[in-house]
Amino acid sequence: MDDVRQFLDAYQTTIGFIGLNAMLALSVWLTLYTGQLTLGNAAFAGIAAYSSALLTIKAGFPFPLALLSGALLATIVSLPLGATVFRLRGVYLAIATLAFGEVVRVAILAIPITGRGQGLVGIPPLTELWHIFASLFVVAYVCARLRISSVGRAWAAIREDEIAAASQGIPVRRYQLAAFALGALIAGWAGALAAHFNFAIQPDEFGFARAVQILVFAVVGGIPNVFGPILGALLFTALPAVLQPLREYRDIFQGVILVLVIVFLPRGLATLLELRRTARLRTVGAEDVA
Amino acid sequence: MLLETAALTKRFGGVVALNAVDLAIAEGQVFGLIGPNGAGKTTLINLISGHFRADGGAIRFAGVDVTRLRPDQLARRGIARTFQSIRLFKGLTVLENVLVGRYVRSRSDALASLAPFRDAAATERERSRLLLERIGLAKRADALAGELAYGDQRRLEIARALAAEPRLLILDEPAAGMNPTESIALREMLRALAAEGITIILIEHDVRLVMGASERVAVLNFGRKIAEGTPAEIQADPAVREAYLGADDA
Repeated sequence: MDDVRQFLDAYQTTIGFIGLNAMLALSVWLTLYTGQLTLGNAAFAGIAAYSSALLTIKAGFPFPLALLSGALLATIVSLPLGATVFRLRGVYLAIATLAFGEVVRVAILAIPITGRGQGLVGIPPLTELWHIFASLFVVAYVCARLRISSVGRAWAAIREDEIAAASQGIPVRRYQLAAFALGALIAGWAGALAAHFNFAIQPDEFGFARAVQILVFAVVGGIPNVFGPILGALLFTALPAVLQPLREYRDIFQGVILVLVIVFLPRGLATLLELRRTARLRTVGAEDVA
Repeated sequence: MLLETAALTKRFGGVVALNAVDLAIAEGQVFGLIGPNGAGKTTLINLISGHFRADGGAIRFAGVDVTRLRPDQLARRGIARTFQSIRLFKGLTVLENVLVGRYVRSRSDALASLAPFRDAAATERERSRLLLERIGLAKRADALAGELAYGDQRRLEIARALAAEPRLLILDEPAAGMNPTESIALREMLRALAAEGITIILIEHDVRLVMGASERVAVLNFGRKIAEGTPAEIQADPAVREAYLGADDA
């Protein structure tokens, strides 16, 4: 028991971020599963992180209410954004959502109350590890159940062929927007938890690099099921800690893993769990988004 | 009349793809649509199914003006279709394709699906299996749609459209890529569907299939309707022979 306690203490930050990153990976998984490449989730996490932290610091909100407010604010922002950018597709959609992320980052830098470039400090560290992992469990459960419901089938149909999906009565835009908004809610919740996990947050933690990192978790882990993004987040969050002794070569290792997975398992690590289908898909030539 | 078009017109740039076409299709009818390549057949059904916006004219379905509706809205009203260039969900299984077809008929189970240990889609899956049996694809239920042979893909697309229990089924060259045996089986199936009261618009290059399966046939050429009547009348029509049959089958 003591060993476990010691391990948790020593690696508390890493373990916490595995859970937070897994949630962020699942948030982008939702849109990837519908066949949309969006990169706005780091910014949604940022909106929720800053707003929830300000609510606890300045307004004295109780912790759960601050989390919820932050996540809901991110969701509310996502709706008009999604309604606008889903006119675009593919790489243009990715660029538009990336631009939104930059707008959020610059806005944080411009508003004095956020602490601007110095970051927002003195956030009460209210997030416990169990908060993170209970949240991850709920998020993963909801995603997994939705995937096999009529909603998940509609998402998969849209990914496979939007025109055919519409001709079967599926309101394509509405389903894309729902996936996007649910992703924003999850990313927001994770961001708000993250803000209260440390004492401070900085604008760069929610910028371009972070957006790409979240995408890498999901893509390397794999899109076919919800285990993929969790696996990807676990691998890429734990690896830097495990490879601490090789500090200088750490990024190279990560890069090599990324390349190997994309070349040999284009549908992600999770496909190791369902190799048969992968092999069959390859013969069909129906690689999906990942 | 289940479906009526009045002076339906569609332009692409300067080209008039469809020029003031009037159609009236009665409920339960199998309505054949023929014409040379580029005559406007696919344009016409893309308008009826909402994939194109009309530049002029109107479409009425079941007595209601539906000219400006989106494809998903029309599907909910009972219009289902297949595509000339098969559009299956290739990465999904055969059964999953039909389940997506059930979309308009199954109540949304988004919240119900969150309850643990419950299979909200069990009934739908059962119905879908029955449909696959009817169309002869039950054995391939768990195969990926993209793995199927060409003729089977055509039949799966029809099954997916039928899963929605449509009032109007539009088939765009369903026999393309089918061998003669499959083509005859298709004709039998179309007759059986019509007997059940499903209205069918059939676009087909296989003239024998169209003439054998349809009660009425309309002929398009250069975006205009040049003739309409029973198969016998169409085959006797000199304008049709010149424009179409003469150039092709005769």
